[in-house]
Amino acid sequence: MGLLEKHGIIERNATLLLVGSLLVVSIGGIVEIAPLFYLESTIEKVEGMRPYTPLELAGRDIYIREGCYLCHSQMIRPFRDEVERFGHYSLAAESMYDHPFQWGSKRTGPDLARVGDRYSSKWHVQHLVDPRSVVPESVMPTYAFMKNTVLEYSLTSNNLISGALKANAMVGVPYNQDMIDNATADLLAQANPDLDSSGLESRYNNVRIEDYDGNPDMVTEMDALVAYLQMLGTLVDFSTYEPEANYR
Amino acid sequence: MRNITSTIVVGAGTFIALLLAAFAQDSAFQIHMSIIALSLGIATIILLRRVGFTPAEPVDPTGYMDDPIRVGSILTMFWGIIGFTQGVVIASQLAWPEFMWEPWFSFGRMRPLHTSAVIFAFGGTALITTSMYVVQRTCRARLFGGGLAWFVMWGYQFFILMAATGYLLGITQSREYAEPEWYVDIWLTIVWVAYLVMFMGTLFKRKEPHIYVANWFYLAFIVTIAMLHIVNNLAWPVSFLGSKSYSLFAGVQDALTQWWYGHNAVGFFLTAGFLGMMYYFMPKQAQRPIYSYRLSIIHFWSLIFLYIWAGPHHLLYTALPDWAQTLGMAFSIMLWMPSWGGMINGLMTLSGAWDKMRTDPIIRMMVIAVAFYGMSTFEGPVMAIKAVNGLSHYTDWTIGHVHSGALGWVGMITFGALYYMVPRLWNRQGLYSMRMVNWHFWLATLGIVVYASVMWVSGITQGLMWREYDSQGFLVYSFAESVAAMKPYYILRMIGGLLYLIGGCIMAYNIWMTILGKTRNERPIPGSMPAKIQPAE
Repeated sequence: MGLLEKHGIIERNATLLLVGSLLVVSIGGIVEIAPLFYLESTIEKVEGMRPYTPLELAGRDIYIREGCYLCHSQMIRPFRDEVERFGHYSLAAESMYDHPFQWGSKRTGPDLARVGDRYSSKWHVQHLVDPRSVVPESVMPTYAFMKNTVLEYSLTSNNLISGALKANAMVGVPYNQDMIDNATADLLAQANPDLDSSGLESRYNNVRIEDYDGNPDMVTEMDALVAYLQMLGTLVDFSTYEPEANYR
Repeated sequence: MRNITSTIVVGAGTFIALLLAAFAQDSAFQIHMSIIALSLGIATIILLRRVGFTPAEPVDPTGYMDDPIRVGSILTMFWGIIGFTQGVVIASQLAWPEFMWEPWFSFGRMRPLHTSAVIFAFGGTALITTSMYVVQRTCRARLFGGGLAWFVMWGYQFFILMAATGYLLGITQSREYAEPEWYVDIWLTIVWVAYLVMFMGTLFKRKEPHIYVANWFYLAFIVTIAMLHIVNNLAWPVSFLGSKSYSLFAGVQDALTQWWYGHNAVGFFLTAGFLGMMYYFMPKQAQRPIYSYRLSIIHFWSLIFLYIWAGPHHLLYTALPDWAQTLGMAFSIMLWMPSWGGMINGLMTLSGAWDKMRTDPIIRMMVIAVAFYGMSTFEGPVMAIKAVNGLSHYTDWTIGHVHSGALGWVGMITFGALYYMVPRLWNRQGLYSMRMVNWHFWLATLGIVVYASVMWVSGITQGLMWREYDSQGFLVYSFAESVAAMKPYYILRMIGGLLYLIGGCIMAYNIWMTILGKTRNERPIPGSMPAKIQPAE
């Protein structure tokens, strides 16, 4: 075993050991991850995907803040039972603007990839305030405080929401300057049907405009979170989707 | 002059944190920075009271630097108790959701607190502490860099403090086991580079011609974690005065980057580092040499090469392209071999000393650790097979698997190392009580067995309920029914964790009494003392 005896060289040289280890551990990642960035087949061709509206993005940030992903996946696998239970299996294209992804790893609660439009917003508010009042078996925490908490992104005194859009644009989400400049106005318009929403609708297709929490006085965290939940999985137009064209 | 530099640095840190709080862009960042300023302020006051202007006692450059290791041993024990308690708390929250208090103590914010407390606070402190102990003794050299070891130890604790307070405030990147936000990540990078410099510097100073195998594993752990941490946490902050950032990658690329990190947090943090621990403390405690030098070479290089590829098995049947899934599954199965290479090398080290299993509870602890390592590294490849994963993914089976590794392997080998180190660090004859080690061993083992088997049952039940069809082709169970079915298992799981926690408390008491220099008046473990020589009749 001549090769193994040569190992003594590495054992006597700390630098060699360091460099050798680093080389050996970098290979796997390079081979597996790097092609995902240039293989065009990685993300399917679909119609309907758009970046999140400011209110949805704010809701998504709350979803992340509260750690919802720890109990709810957003990734329907192509199994008969999952497709019947939750809807069409998830596509890579559906999370192409997700920084970070929210696929999750555990289903203490059900998958949420297509929860949008499945329940009324009133149901969502009730469920978030007191989950066991609508689902007695649930072990979900209560989120009643969101109903009384003003959404920090909705305050005109700061530019948090346009900053959030700008940061997303920096990492590759196609938000244009128009969207960034009007972020606060768009956010307010989506939570209040009485406001003029023509700008919002010209910038984002397929937008649901509603006073989600039923409280017109202020935009709350509840408004944002429910707006996000109500759009999940609703963007892609599956009538024009060709699964055969997207085998990878 | 003592403590001058550290007082100035921590004082300046307090000031900077106050400034950041004052100019914060969002309320979460403001609260977080205020908490950090407060804790750094307290640390400054403590340090100020210890400033001395008499010249420091001259340091013997030939002696080992053991003070940070003493501190680290106590901290490891402390974080262990915190992490296990936190586990029992969130297990209870899932069994009785009334135990959640919004917004700060809901499950979604408490779970990262538990995982980070166990992996990074308990496991990380144990790794830093033992690596400092092992590298000095196997190189016969004092730690490189003077005060650098103190910076690494306390800098790492500061990272834990920032991460933990952030979670409760909802400051998270949502990347599992990499939840801390960008500014905490930058701090950890600084600490980690200092750790690498300290470790490499000590290796360079060594008086032994060969680098001992334990140090290969520690080095691979340090350097790989640096690579994983930096790439996985690439993100763009909304503001340099705010807590929020957005990941550089999106969707499918982001998912694979995260699980490339996530699986190798297991592979390098919780495996390679702890194998380093095994390679030093097990032969020491058994007083036998490592079984096979050649096996250690083969299993070291193949382990670190193969582990990196296994990440995609967390994403089987997802929207990740099939070629990547298959690659991940194939390498996960191959990974079984080097893992068992390590297990065999550890277990066979006892050949010729198997009687110690009966007489030495510390050896017993190490052996069960390696046995659990072998068990979970077999279970892992099985779960990485797509057909099995189709059932096990998203269920409690995964949680059970992680815990048989974390409680069984990581926990037990750390306990063994602490029981070995503490009497030597404080110059004691031996531990306060060997019988308490025995109690700890049985409570912990029973706890793990309860935990793992309950999670197998609940996980497989969940998986089967979700896919159960009746004769007419309808799904039998609603999702809510599968949640309700989990309740008894969640209660039992909590009890398993509680047993493990009680074992941990017994250890803490035992170690504390050892540090105080006490010895418990107890009957020795049968067979542990040489038999009395009977005079011939």
